[in-house]
Amino acid sequence: MKFRPGDLVRVQTFAPTTHVRTPAYVRGKQGWIERVQGEFRNPESLAYAGDGLPPQPLYMVGFRQVDLWQDRYAESPADSLYVDIYEHWLEPSASLEGTQ
Amino acid sequence: MARTHDMGGRPDDAPLNLEEHTLADWEVVADALSVALGTRGLRTTDEHRRAMENMPADDYLALSYYERWVVGTEALLVEKGILTREEIDRKMAEIEATWGVS
Repeated sequence: MKFRPGDLVRVQTFAPTTHVRTPAYVRGKQGWIERVQGEFRNPESLAYAGDGLPPQPLYMVGFRQVDLWQDRYAESPADSLYVDIYEHWLEPSASLEGTQ
Repeated sequence: MARTHDMGGRPDDAPLNLEEHTLADWEVVADALSVALGTRGLRTTDEHRRAMENMPADDYLALSYYERWVVGTEALLVEKGILTREEIDRKMAEIEATWGVS
């Protein structure tokens, strides 16, 4: 496990045309590790009849809604959104400031 | 650029319709068949998602939720050599002739 709850992370900006479980709207966004969900077989391999091994750590990652949607989400600035993201889609981030 | 199925935030900010709705019988069967194939080890949920996501965008957007499931299931059955398109088409013709539907 590379990350622990409370760690700040940024989602990678990969844009594959193959099957992935990381929605486009969180790519490049900063958030925090809310919870470690465990290790699971990798869906990016399972989707093509692979064995999904080795298992990949999966984290529940929290985002501020305003960081994801900017002025499209101005009504409830305290709201958060949680997305399950596999470890290889995450990199460490120093700060939540300046999030775009 | 998000792929067609990856619709978070698109096409606009209009609220989602969250009303409950009943499923048609064929939709229940479509779900049951897909899950049964998984239980038999003939396909994974991720393969099913991949098959649906690989549909041409115009097809994907024109189909309802469970219509996509059926297309995905059919694509995997053919890909894995479990059924052929000809077998599926022949059975469909039989059903249409028997029930007077298309």
